[in-house]
Amino acid sequence: MKYVTEFRDAELVGGVLEKIRQTVTRPWTMMEICGGQTHSIVRYGIDQLLPPEIELVHGPGCPVCVTPLEQIDRALAIAARPDVIFTSYGDMLRVPGSARDLFSVRASGGEVRVVYSPLDAVKIAQANPDKQVVFFAIGFETTAPANVMAVMQAKNLNLKNFSVLVSHVRVPPAMHAILGSPSNRVQGFLLAGHVNAVMGYHEYPPLLEKYQVPMAITGFEPLDLVQGIYETVRMLEAGRVEIVNAYARAVTFEGNQPAQKMINQVFMECDRAWRGIGVIPASGWCLRPEFDGFNAEKRFDVGDIVTKESPLCIAGQIMQGLKKPHDCSAFGKQCSPETPLGATMVSSEGACAAYYKYGR
Amino acid sequence: MDKIDLTGAVCPLPLSDNEQIVMGHGSGGKMSHDLITKIFLPAFDNPALSAGDDGAVLALPAGRLVLSVDSHVVFPLFFPGGDIGHLAVCGTVNDVAVMGATPLYLTAGFILEEGLPLETLRRVVESMKQAADEAGVKIVSGDTKVVERGKADGLFVSTTGVGILPEGREISGSRAKAGDVVILSGFMGDHGIAVLAARGELGFETAVQSDCAPLNHLIAAALAVSENIHVLRDPTRGGVATTLNEIAKQAGVCITLNELSLPVRPAVASTCEMLGFDPLYVANEGKVLVLVARADAEKVLAALRATKYGEDAVVIGEVSAAPQGRVLMKTAFGSTRVVDMLAGEMLPRIC
Amino acid sequence: MCLGVPGKIVERYEKEGLPMGKVDFGGGTLREACLAYVPEAQPGDYTIIHVGFALNILSEEDALETLALLREMDSLGEELAPDEVCN
Repeated sequence: MKYVTEFRDAELVGGVLEKIRQTVTRPWTMMEICGGQTHSIVRYGIDQLLPPEIELVHGPGCPVCVTPLEQIDRALAIAARPDVIFTSYGDMLRVPGSARDLFSVRASGGEVRVVYSPLDAVKIAQANPDKQVVFFAIGFETTAPANVMAVMQAKNLNLKNFSVLVSHVRVPPAMHAILGSPSNRVQGFLLAGHVNAVMGYHEYPPLLEKYQVPMAITGFEPLDLVQGIYETVRMLEAGRVEIVNAYARAVTFEGNQPAQKMINQVFMECDRAWRGIGVIPASGWCLRPEFDGFNAEKRFDVGDIVTKESPLCIAGQIMQGLKKPHDCSAFGKQCSPETPLGATMVSSEGACAAYYKYGR
Repeated sequence: MDKIDLTGAVCPLPLSDNEQIVMGHGSGGKMSHDLITKIFLPAFDNPALSAGDDGAVLALPAGRLVLSVDSHVVFPLFFPGGDIGHLAVCGTVNDVAVMGATPLYLTAGFILEEGLPLETLRRVVESMKQAADEAGVKIVSGDTKVVERGKADGLFVSTTGVGILPEGREISGSRAKAGDVVILSGFMGDHGIAVLAARGELGFETAVQSDCAPLNHLIAAALAVSENIHVLRDPTRGGVATTLNEIAKQAGVCITLNELSLPVRPAVASTCEMLGFDPLYVANEGKVLVLVARADAEKVLAALRATKYGEDAVVIGEVSAAPQGRVLMKTAFGSTRVVDMLAGEMLPRIC
Repeated sequence: MCLGVPGKIVERYEKEGLPMGKVDFGGGTLREACLAYVPEAQPGDYTIIHVGFALNILSEEDALETLALLREMDSLGEELAPDEVCN
């Protein structure tokens, strides 16, 4: 068992697709929360293989896409400081702020480094005691355990030159926002399996009860995706409202408790603006006050940030499942991966970039 | 200051045997001359170069002249499977060879950074010699400049290739035709992943070696068995996907890949999974894409497989008339998607 | 969100106070990952790695069960099953 090829078996995928076709009797709209799933669905062309009754709408689960413009502009301002080494996941470098991106800050002399893991940023801080090392800690629940560990490790190592610029978001509040919207179209959810690997799924029953939508915890391989879709269709057709764990090899009800504990030690809930969507109450995590010493927002005064979003971009509506990338007048014209107007065109998880790249 | 030790004092004559590059090596004077006679000439020894004139005088066989220039920058300078010298020779030999030409001569321009160890330069030059010998080309003219420390990444090499294209042979991206098949001469992405691993920035280890190699003999073997090879191109930066997009646009054709036939080594595949890369976009330095009329495909494949660098050659796709300018992929699941060019720099992603 | 890639833990050790390990992603590609959140993980266990952290221990039992279920459900599965027995 290698946990990869087994779940890319074309024959098995075909078999599950056939089951979906046999099961579906009428139109259903379901949302895959996670941008990684959007990417896989489009990359493997799974959307083309589904019966026409099933519409997949793409959710807001792309941390790069939803990081608010204000926070990106703040990152750009910090990264441009001569005393700073700014570290980030590769995804963030091309995301446009109001006027520029991290690549252009680097081209203008700012020191911007891509890291694979937040612990690499801690190492950079250890190796550069005369520089301030800032890590752009973005992400959903999946990335939180890593990001909080970097803060904890910096604290344990007594590093005075390490701080994090936090822009953390959580899935359940976003689902509340989507389902509670009067224009909601989503009838079932594919939950983001790796979020659940960390958080379990004990947070989801209240959502289920309140909004009466079935959910399937779904993985990322083609077989996982069709299985998640099949479970959701089955529930929808039978009128069942449940949570099915279609990613059992990776997800338990309780989730990863040591990780949850560490997150709670370092982070606390806060309101968070989602780019293109707006502020969702209690939808984010930020550093607890006892970690102020590691908070880049407190350490660097970059003045008032005035943001300016492209008036053409409809990323917010796309991420709420209200519109598809084609509905945007700028898609493929003024807006492409080389010249993105909004973050959904930048991140490979972004619905617009996935549609553009794979020619939808 | 009261104790001044004079035992080591010598008359400050300029050092003639520096262990590293200093600005004087680029002065055009004695030190430059020393560099040439001690490092470059012994390695690249041939009459055109040794003549010591400002240019090489060359006799050319019949045919049309093909010229191609390529500048080489790579960090680190040495990586598993190759180095900047090997790359500088192979890259330009391959650019000439994919025109259908026989590469004969190279020129080499070096930008050296002050402080570069001479030993490094020696190793790079030795590696260039080996690659040139393997390819059967001569390095007939060269130039060296030295820039201040910090103004170059150790060493840059720019090479120009000279080759002869026989009359009647036309190889061009614009000649891709509906009905051609697309052959790739071996595994994708080895060079890109090997260099990335050697940089160490992303902290992973892999056994992948760069595929950097001169392909002129392999290409000659293919051309010897078929007159219906329409396009030859080496998928370097931007990988197979980007190169095929260039060809599709140039010729106004559609290229459809078969996902199941794409050759990727397990180590490249797993590194790409880990970093969120697609091997279709990762650089190669020892692979060629051959677009050939279907009727000749088996012959060409057999000829490629009989060469040192073509053992793993496979058919990866085919050319059709429409949609023009597109590269598509038939996935393992029977769906079809677009394969676009690489947009910007490839970065590891978390999502 | 969240590129999570399965890998096999091949070594476990401590570094600067953190439990770390070498993870094999297949084909000889190795990277260090933090094992702080999988205290029970042992060499040989498979895990999902995200940004250099092990998020869980993959359950082979559940994986096999899922695959068996899907094979069973799949009409092709009945034809495939005998092959499997032979293997």
